[in-house]
Amino acid sequence: MLEIKNLHAKVDGDMILRGVDLEIPQGEVHAIMGPNGSGKSTLSYVLAGKDDYEITEGSIVWNGQDLSELEVDERVAAGFFLAMQYPVEIPGVGTMNFLRSAMNAVRKARGEDELNAAETMRIVREKAEALNIPLDMLKRPLNVGFSGGEKKRMEILQMSLLSPTLCVLDETDSGLDIDALRIVSDGVNAMRGPDKAILVITHYQRLLEYIVPDKVHVLSKGRIVRSGGKELALELEKSGYAEYGEDEAA
Amino acid sequence: MAAVRETIEQVKDIDVDQYKYGFSTDIETVKAPKGLDEDIIRFISAKKDEPEWMLEWRLDAYERWQSMQEPEWARVHYPKIDFQDLYYYAAPKSAEKLKSLDEVDPELLATYEKLGIPLSEQKMLAGVEGAGPLAGAPGVAVDAIFDSVSVVTTFKEELAKAGVIFCPISEAIKEHPELVKKYLGSVVPKSDNFYSALNSAVFSDGSFVYIPEGVRCPMELSTYFRINESQTGQFERTLIVAEKGSYVSYLEGCTAPMRDENQLHAAVVELVALEDAEIKYSTVQNWYPGDADGKGGIYNFVTKRGDCRGDNSKISWTQVETGSAITWKYPSCILRGDNSQGEFYSIAISNGYQQVDSGTKMIHLGKNTSSRIISKGISAGRSNNTYRGLVSAHRKATNSRNFTQCDSLLIGNDCGAHTVPYIEAKNSTASFEHEATTSKISDDQMFYCMARGLNEEEAVALIVNGFVRDVLQQLPMEFMAETQKLIGISLEGSVG
Repeated sequence: MLEIKNLHAKVDGDMILRGVDLEIPQGEVHAIMGPNGSGKSTLSYVLAGKDDYEITEGSIVWNGQDLSELEVDERVAAGFFLAMQYPVEIPGVGTMNFLRSAMNAVRKARGEDELNAAETMRIVREKAEALNIPLDMLKRPLNVGFSGGEKKRMEILQMSLLSPTLCVLDETDSGLDIDALRIVSDGVNAMRGPDKAILVITHYQRLLEYIVPDKVHVLSKGRIVRSGGKELALELEKSGYAEYGEDEAA
Repeated sequence: MAAVRETIEQVKDIDVDQYKYGFSTDIETVKAPKGLDEDIIRFISAKKDEPEWMLEWRLDAYERWQSMQEPEWARVHYPKIDFQDLYYYAAPKSAEKLKSLDEVDPELLATYEKLGIPLSEQKMLAGVEGAGPLAGAPGVAVDAIFDSVSVVTTFKEELAKAGVIFCPISEAIKEHPELVKKYLGSVVPKSDNFYSALNSAVFSDGSFVYIPEGVRCPMELSTYFRINESQTGQFERTLIVAEKGSYVSYLEGCTAPMRDENQLHAAVVELVALEDAEIKYSTVQNWYPGDADGKGGIYNFVTKRGDCRGDNSKISWTQVETGSAITWKYPSCILRGDNSQGEFYSIAISNGYQQVDSGTKMIHLGKNTSSRIISKGISAGRSNNTYRGLVSAHRKATNSRNFTQCDSLLIGNDCGAHTVPYIEAKNSTASFEHEATTSKISDDQMFYCMARGLNEEEAVALIVNGFVRDVLQQLPMEFMAETQKLIGISLEGSVG
């Protein structure tokens, strides 16, 4: 169970999250929707533990463990994974190399045996194939020169390789065409399971046709202002975010 | 990357200060009195039992040195050196009449063991476990230089079968005087610069390599330098001659104990490549860089130059510079022969209060000569890292080509990176390209790597190793993994 209680967070002195309350039981997929500037991306960075995102009040507890006490990499070891909206380029670092470093860092932190090059290669290839990632791409420096869609697929590949139990996807649908959206969604759906909690952050309802959520929440001005079932997404699609403060960027 | 993991493990093993070679060894030494004058030079020459011509050569250099000025154009700052306050000669006492490995002071052998450099040939052939960066791999011949004296050279006999001469230069002066006379000072003249003149006057040892015509040297050659004595300058002299159509790959490595005072290292390296010959010269320099407050460390003022004397010859410099308080070093190529090629691949890492002013000179004299420069500078802490390079084409160097790429990476907000390229083309057919970039390890890159489970040190090591990849690939295979580790260690504590 993910329990976020009364979460307040500042970025550069501005209070962006103003008391977020959210519970996601294991086995469920929740979606957070909301207008631009409502604090959606801030929430994902706060959960990941990025520098300059300062929690001033409240707590984030995953399966009894207080994540806010942990470093970024320690949260990953504890099962957290954030698929980012803007994946970063790492020049000179081969993708396969990066994946192996990450997998082994996580395995080590979780007290598991590290994988050798051949084992990594086998696992990565298998998962890459499912995401329609050409092997060629694995030889290139990580994210360098990747298209928007390629970057997003790489995020999902990393998510599946690091075996997280708590996944957050930040605007994973942005910049994806329909085919890519389907592939990425299949990848996310494959992650669903009784021990997993998944939080999908999105501006548009479209993604939720492929990744069907158990619950939908609306974030506005740094708070969850409404929660409902998957039909809430459709309603928002029709009515827009006007009543939730669209264009009022925080 | 396995090396990243190993880096972390290795870093853990290191004490408060990350410099792991910082021990000194208690060995009885013979020293010349402090200071420098003609008598000291005579003393050194006599200790070495040198022929008269060598003494005269030294005295001539000394005379020239006295009228020269220390260079001050480099972007480095340090208190004036008192050249009369140094010891110019120190040798392990036992090394004076050494015939075989069995006679080497066990204390000294232990020192090299500690450094990961087994000197016993049997051990080396077997590939000793845990052997270090510079000589661990089997089939690498080593010349070990302790303070001013060559302690032992391994695999001499095996090399001799191929006709290769690999010995201390002091021995070459006596046993191969014709070769030494012909080539010594022919690439770096005695009065080339202040430190080369000083070196020419007082050098006490170094390596000599001669590869006969048409021979491909059967193994990597390696020299390992260590300064042990305090207040002692180390002035080694290396001369490598590759005859027509020959090939040699040579690697040197350097470490020193941690000491509060600064120590001077002023070496001269000369390479001569005749027609169709190729010399590949790699350096892993890890002299003590000083402590976290910038106290102590080696002043590394080195002149290295290669002469592509014959047509179609090639000289390639690869350097990994992580140590020294101050580095002043420009391994260069004179592209004299037609179609000759020069290469310079460099990784220079500065952390703490280190100052690096390094680069290369590519002097195109022959027709269709080409050169390639890839320099990767990484600055962290409060260090300053300058690339300084000259590419020039002589009037007759038609169709000469150069490609230069200088990349600087900054870690943190208190360091500096500087690029100072000089380009001179005296004929219209020359084509020179220069690319330069400066970047910073961004917070976003760090966050991204850590959000994939890497800790801070692992993330930095991964990003930096990616940055220097083109150059790492130029190192001999055996040393690549070790060098990756060294890079991780050098940058320990650079973030956060």
